[in-house]
Amino acid sequence: MSKTVFPPSINSRPVYGELEARPGSGHLMIADAEGAEAILDLAKATDKDFWAKAHVIYIPKNTGTKYSSQLEKLGAGQYYAGPSYEAAQSRIRRALQDCHMGTQVYLTGTESLMGQAMAEATAAGIPHTAIQTEHRGSTARRMQCVHCKGITEDVTTDPFECSHCGLSLFVRDHYSRRLAAFQGVRVDAEDPGNIPKKVELFK
Amino acid sequence: MSAGTAKLNVTVAEVKPINDLVTRFKFVRTGGGDLPTFSGGAHTVVEMQDGDITRLNAYSLMSNPADRGAYTISVRRDDEGRGGSKFMHSQVKEGMEMVISNPVNLFSLDLRAKKHLMLAGGIGITPFMAQMHQLTMMGGQFELHYSVRNASLGTYAEELKAKYPGKVHIYHDDQDEAIDLNTLIATQPLGTHVYVCGPKGMINWVHGTAEDMGWPREAVHSEEFLAPASGKPFEVKLAVSGKVIQVGEHQSLLEAIEAAGVDAPYLCRGGACGQCETNVVGYDGKFLHYDHWLDDEQKAGGKHIMPCVSRFEGKTLVLDR
Repeated sequence: MSKTVFPPSINSRPVYGELEARPGSGHLMIADAEGAEAILDLAKATDKDFWAKAHVIYIPKNTGTKYSSQLEKLGAGQYYAGPSYEAAQSRIRRALQDCHMGTQVYLTGTESLMGQAMAEATAAGIPHTAIQTEHRGSTARRMQCVHCKGITEDVTTDPFECSHCGLSLFVRDHYSRRLAAFQGVRVDAEDPGNIPKKVELFK
Repeated sequence: MSAGTAKLNVTVAEVKPINDLVTRFKFVRTGGGDLPTFSGGAHTVVEMQDGDITRLNAYSLMSNPADRGAYTISVRRDDEGRGGSKFMHSQVKEGMEMVISNPVNLFSLDLRAKKHLMLAGGIGITPFMAQMHQLTMMGGQFELHYSVRNASLGTYAEELKAKYPGKVHIYHDDQDEAIDLNTLIATQPLGTHVYVCGPKGMINWVHGTAEDMGWPREAVHSEEFLAPASGKPFEVKLAVSGKVIQVGEHQSLLEAIEAAGVDAPYLCRGGACGQCETNVVGYDGKFLHYDHWLDDEQKAGGKHIMPCVSRFEGKTLVLDR
């Protein structure tokens, strides 16, 4: 699966680029699932010295060992594979605390992972424009219900039911960088009960 | 009135020589009252009536931004310069009335930074003095590395060391002391922004080192005011006002436009801010672009000029002014 191309949208919707190795005092790479492919692609144009300064944090999700075995072989100074973003979060925070200006941050995989890791990296003091991203894999969305504020992960249909309050929500492109989530708004607010048929928009 | 050129009538309250080259001037509002607030890094444009010539030079405000009672600036005498600093040193006396612009800030602190690393060379210390006042009030974290020629020309160096113990580091050229930039740039905690004000070589050195070491462009800030370069006299036609003006050898294009009574916009008068950007209607000749504003493509395009510092050589130049 290669880099995802998204249709043009409103300014609020994040856009992603393509990872490239940049000079830096360290390289913090955070990826999930197919994001591993972007790291493996980037690795084609790097040498051993690059990887000695790298810290790879990888969440395989449902890809098993398909990619993790290859990532491990890159020879990163530190390599970690974990079961979920939540499980990796304390490690990400600690890694950001320990690094210096000049460290390059590379985020790749799902929007949920990139958005959450982006929020951590910007909170640590890196300007968001200096953080590289590349989308790979699932386009399922991390959604915030604007009514109950609950987060629903891996949303693939529009509308969808909020996993917290149960309302049917319309999936907007309106995005919150702070929450790392798209906004879901009650679809039948004007006409209660009139809920359009679900369409699978994201895979 | 041109953008950003709202004027303040001030009286010189104090003229204090600091060392062989630098004199400090303190301005209060003529007739009393508060001056506008400013933020650390701001400058003011001082108008000097030097005989028939009106000189306008930008100087960084170095006083406490919270003190609205007075502004202070420090002027380094440049004997090779066009005369503005010499005028300040020789003609400006206590009690004299002068006109200065409202403060304008093109070198402000990025308050999202977790730490501010300041690098000053020579008289480039002045904007940092206001910024350090501001950060001290806000409880911000900073560190100053200040490079001076020798102890006697180390303007405010001792005063700053005493005022901010542990945060101010002085380097004397004559004792072969130099800022260890590689180590400084390599060891800053995440969220640090670096600021540099000093000679061009120092600014390029900091930008280049930070870029090589992977620093984000957004975290590197610099300020350098250019003095307008002298050059061959040339003639310019102003299409809108229908005037033909002569730009003298030691006069800038902007000064010549102003001398002809045409109101042109400006802010920094040093090629940095972009306010005076002027459209070129037609030309036959060669542009001498000296500004930091236009990109290389625009400089080659022949459609824009920054009259505060840039010049022209050739037959005809027609400007949309």
